[in-house]
Amino acid sequence: MNVMQPIDRIRGGVHENERHESGHKHVTGTAEYIDDIPEPAGTLHAYLGLSQRAHAQILSIDFDAVKSAPGVVGVLTADDITGENDVSPAHKHDDPVFATDKVEFHGQPIFAVIAETRDAARRAAARVKIEYRDLPHVTDVLEAAAANYPLVIDPLKLERGDITAGFARAKNILEGEMRIGGQDHFYLEGHISFAIPGEDDEILLYSSTQHPSETQHMVGQVLGVASNAVTINVRRMGGAFGGKETQANLFAAVAALAAKKYRCAVKIRPDRDDDMTATGKRHDFHVGYKVGFDDDGRIEAVDATFSARCGFSADLSGPVTDRALFHADNCYFYPHVRLRSRPLKTNTVSNTAFRGFGGPQGMVGGERMIEDVAYALGKDPLEIRKLNFYGGEGRNLTPYHQTVEDNIIGRIIEELETSCDYAARRADVLAFNRKSNIIKRGIALTPVKFGISFTKTEYNQAGALVHVYADGSIHLNHGGTEMGQGLYTKVAQVVADEFQVDLNRIKVTATTTGKVPNTSATAASSGSDLNGMAAANAAQQIKARLVTFAAERWGVSEKDVAFEPNTIRIGAERIAFSDFIKIAYGSRIQLSAAGFYKTPKIHWNRSEGRGRPFFYYAYGASCSEVSVDTLTGEYQVDRTDVLHDVGKSLNPALDIGQVEGAFVQGMGWLTTEELWWDAKGRLRTHAPSTYKIPLASDRPRIFNVKLAEWSVNREETIRRSKAVGEPPFMLPISVLEAISMAAASVAEYRIAPRLDAPATPERVLLAIERLRRAAKNG
Amino acid sequence: MTVQIRSSIRFLLNHRLVELSAVSAVQTLLDFLRLDRNLRGTKEGCAEGDCGACTVLVGRLLDGRLKYESVNACIRFVGSLDGCHIVTVDSLAVPGGPLHPVQQAMVDTHASQCGFCTPGFVMSLYGLWMENPKPSVTEIEKALQGNLCRCTGYAAIIRAAEAVSVIGDLDRDPLVAERVTIIQKLEGLKDGKRVEMGEGAERFMLPASVDDLADIYEAEPKARIVAGSTDVGLWVTKFMRDISPVVHLSHLDELRRIAVDEAGITFGAGVSYTESFPLISKHFPQLTELWNRIGGQQVRNMGTIGGNIANGSPIGDTPPALIALGASVVLRKGKVQRTVPLESFFIEYGKQDRQPGEFVEAVRIPFLDENARYAVYKITKRLDEDISAVCGAFRLIFDENGKVSDAVIAYGGMAGTPKRADNAEAALIGASWTEITVEAAMEALANDYTPLTDWRASADYRLLVAKNLLRRFYLETQGDEPVRLDRKQAV
Repeated sequence: MNVMQPIDRIRGGVHENERHESGHKHVTGTAEYIDDIPEPAGTLHAYLGLSQRAHAQILSIDFDAVKSAPGVVGVLTADDITGENDVSPAHKHDDPVFATDKVEFHGQPIFAVIAETRDAARRAAARVKIEYRDLPHVTDVLEAAAANYPLVIDPLKLERGDITAGFARAKNILEGEMRIGGQDHFYLEGHISFAIPGEDDEILLYSSTQHPSETQHMVGQVLGVASNAVTINVRRMGGAFGGKETQANLFAAVAALAAKKYRCAVKIRPDRDDDMTATGKRHDFHVGYKVGFDDDGRIEAVDATFSARCGFSADLSGPVTDRALFHADNCYFYPHVRLRSRPLKTNTVSNTAFRGFGGPQGMVGGERMIEDVAYALGKDPLEIRKLNFYGGEGRNLTPYHQTVEDNIIGRIIEELETSCDYAARRADVLAFNRKSNIIKRGIALTPVKFGISFTKTEYNQAGALVHVYADGSIHLNHGGTEMGQGLYTKVAQVVADEFQVDLNRIKVTATTTGKVPNTSATAASSGSDLNGMAAANAAQQIKARLVTFAAERWGVSEKDVAFEPNTIRIGAERIAFSDFIKIAYGSRIQLSAAGFYKTPKIHWNRSEGRGRPFFYYAYGASCSEVSVDTLTGEYQVDRTDVLHDVGKSLNPALDIGQVEGAFVQGMGWLTTEELWWDAKGRLRTHAPSTYKIPLASDRPRIFNVKLAEWSVNREETIRRSKAVGEPPFMLPISVLEAISMAAASVAEYRIAPRLDAPATPERVLLAIERLRRAAKNG
Repeated sequence: MTVQIRSSIRFLLNHRLVELSAVSAVQTLLDFLRLDRNLRGTKEGCAEGDCGACTVLVGRLLDGRLKYESVNACIRFVGSLDGCHIVTVDSLAVPGGPLHPVQQAMVDTHASQCGFCTPGFVMSLYGLWMENPKPSVTEIEKALQGNLCRCTGYAAIIRAAEAVSVIGDLDRDPLVAERVTIIQKLEGLKDGKRVEMGEGAERFMLPASVDDLADIYEAEPKARIVAGSTDVGLWVTKFMRDISPVVHLSHLDELRRIAVDEAGITFGAGVSYTESFPLISKHFPQLTELWNRIGGQQVRNMGTIGGNIANGSPIGDTPPALIALGASVVLRKGKVQRTVPLESFFIEYGKQDRQPGEFVEAVRIPFLDENARYAVYKITKRLDEDISAVCGAFRLIFDENGKVSDAVIAYGGMAGTPKRADNAEAALIGASWTEITVEAAMEALANDYTPLTDWRASADYRLLVAKNLLRRFYLETQGDEPVRLDRKQAV
């Protein structure tokens, strides 16, 4: 019998529970964030002056008191901009660095003070005297529609089938609406940019950006210099979640302008309040829907409009509202469907990317329709869900005409339903509610299907740079940014696996536009998919050269050269990796390569609303059980079970961390995180004292998180893994629906609870009161 | 007796003695660490004491005992640290050496993602470990109420906290092993002198004693007394207010004393929430939950009952509860003391019954009558580390016929000050303790309060909840079924 020789495995290869590459530095405080970099002597500090009006003309600005404040070096306004006064990522020219004659939201930057210390700049900025003439303002999305506010960008329509015929056929039709709140990113490290001027027009920037290439282009645009003069450097960010995809550009531009003007290093870091006031957030949505269905709950037709509070400019609102529509079907087949977006302008900060990128709002809307159908028919929403899942003859086409080919939601739901004992626990909940008057419980099991790829097709490309040094150590660089998700770790694991060397032989270096150009934002959950592939490609190029070299030098066939753990096997000979590299170097083999990857198969025609925008889908499901106090609206998540699909995980430990973290972040969005604007258009929840993200004690009291270990991506992704950043963010829709069920119990579940998000204790109690009144009245 | 004056402050920073002869009254510990000392392991996340990224440990002596507590460096003034030992994350592991057990546990359990909050979590868990080597999950969560993490969802951090004692030996921890030496060093810094430093907006003082405090404040009634700086800290970091001259209290051991007698407890104005907790929870178990939900652990370690009262917030963490208990405030000006009922101390929004030069010296809380029924309910958007939308406190006494013989009801968040519900009380007193009575009192609350709408809650919700809390109180006296969420321990 042919017995395989046991071969040692490398340490830290793919599919291993490798620790975060910076873990030991995080815990010792030695992981360097931009504000930790020692400043060169003479570094100046910039601080923004923000609009104190929601919508107004600027009549005059008096900087005298600012300029005479201690430590002030100067003031920057739009007049100091040597290039274009615009950082619009949509190239709509609607995103000025500094407002000039008009401000369009409370908190819009108007100027920056440059001073010897940050404290001096901050104190001085508050001394400005600005005369405004107020204009009418609108902060709310429905008010904006009523006031005929424009759309910030062309809307999208997805249409398939014939909704008129669909509704005509449907035995039941219901209509409803829902409000879904926005969300602040609350990355723990706020925005920061640190600019160091170079020779001629050159400038180096350390920027907290998820999109170094765009920051590079925007800084070039604002300075009026070519991109080759601007280098962006990002080692890590203290969280980002989409909040640093476009929003870093303004800070980088201001630091760059000041650095060039004053010819010294300039740092800008807003305080938490300004960061939350002056940078964009998750879009708030209003969803209006009409759904037709048969007596079993099978959906016949859906017509829904998703109106979004976009803020004063387009920013990424186009693709965000598009993605809302792409996910309004979630896992369900709609035979006849029309989905429309309304990206409305408002006098609020321009909303931006945030984990899920509109998808969560679309999915919440879709799940609300399912919930409503279930209450209308007096059934368990899970039954309605299963009835409507994609699958079966002619039931696999999405509203955007992509065929769902990789559907595994049935198996996920079935396994989770069994493992969490859903049916018995739902019966217990119903029984509990019959005898408990004040405390009510709810339970819900909800699915997730999330499309992976940038819907802007050109973003689905990536580059990497791999050097093998003559001592056998490996330098890895790629276009993705590290914001905590573990991207650097995963990509290094891929390279370790390619070369079959231990992970500690590889050093991942700070992301910089000087090493890998024209990169895409680290966003859309795509980091590992894109950069992992690009890095593998670079490694494979080097390996191919090494194989050719070894075959020639040792006179063996190329197929007899193999990369084995920390060793090269050439014919019968085994050479340690570093010894082999030394020989290869001596033989003048090129040991460096630039890798590249572009996602295959995808295409998208927005004007027709047709195509295959997504390479594949990631799936998951969660079941949550809650208790609600019907006297106060307070609640507690008693238990959550999650089963989530990451394909064949590159690193299960990191992926579990992503799933747990996304769940709690999504739960915060749907429960306690509330953005509140006052009548003057001022955001009043702009710091952790007023804006409440989840704490450790808000975790589900029982929290079982599992990966679907059997899942393998049917598409050829990096080591058959799937993206993990965004999909689990939508798992906690089960929490919202479980709270809704507890509320619905006060009306014997006869009335759809229609609980808006975020379900703060106040919204929960007011929903309970409304349901009680409705039950009493009929 | 003349007071001797020193014009520098001295403290231990990690392993070194630091003496500062120039420091501003508004210099925060965080900026001092990061900008002056280039100790950049400690991070700024919010500069308002809510996120915990800046958590460090501060060791303080009281009666020869040294206790290390987590504090928010962002709102702690350097001037208040005379005689303390400050421990930052930078000092826990020697470069190139082994990680501290707390750090190792965090790495092993994948408890950091972006890492920015991580130093703060490490320090909070270190503080917990020293006090409670084998904490329950609930105790871990309590210690972490003041630490926000946006990445992990906390599960891995809880696992780390549980693992610390498995991999570490507390007795070998430097702060434990070298405790005697450190105590000697800190004792050596005590010289009984008053500290006076800075000029103009930078000026601050550390009185040598409470008598000295009385003298200073009588002479300079416009001075700003600062105890825990959990609110005043924000006046500086958020609003850039000039608060000079500052008079610090936190170093005055005399104000940290607690006296228990037959009739009640007297807390010195400098007693922190944390220091008062054991006696509060022993004698007033109804206050345990409220106390556990004041700020986060760092804020409870810094903040004082006296400061909470003197501050005069319309919400106030403790005043509604203490008003319902009939607490009183001991005020002092010069050598003259007077005692006023707490409820009359609050006159209107921003105004208290405190004369120029008069300060809160102590708070007196009487024990409950045996036949009194007492409860406090705090309602917030988020369970922990959140300011009340409404806080309701109820103390009722029943006669032998089941009638209400006395009722004291106070709410926070319903008016410009913590305020009693006169109409509701009137509806109860003398009436039978029945649902009908309670509903009448609930309706009467509408005449007691005209709450505001703000980001914490709408006026409608506030009034509705205020009424429902009275119903909750009633239902709890009936004891038929659970009327509050069972805050389960996580597993």
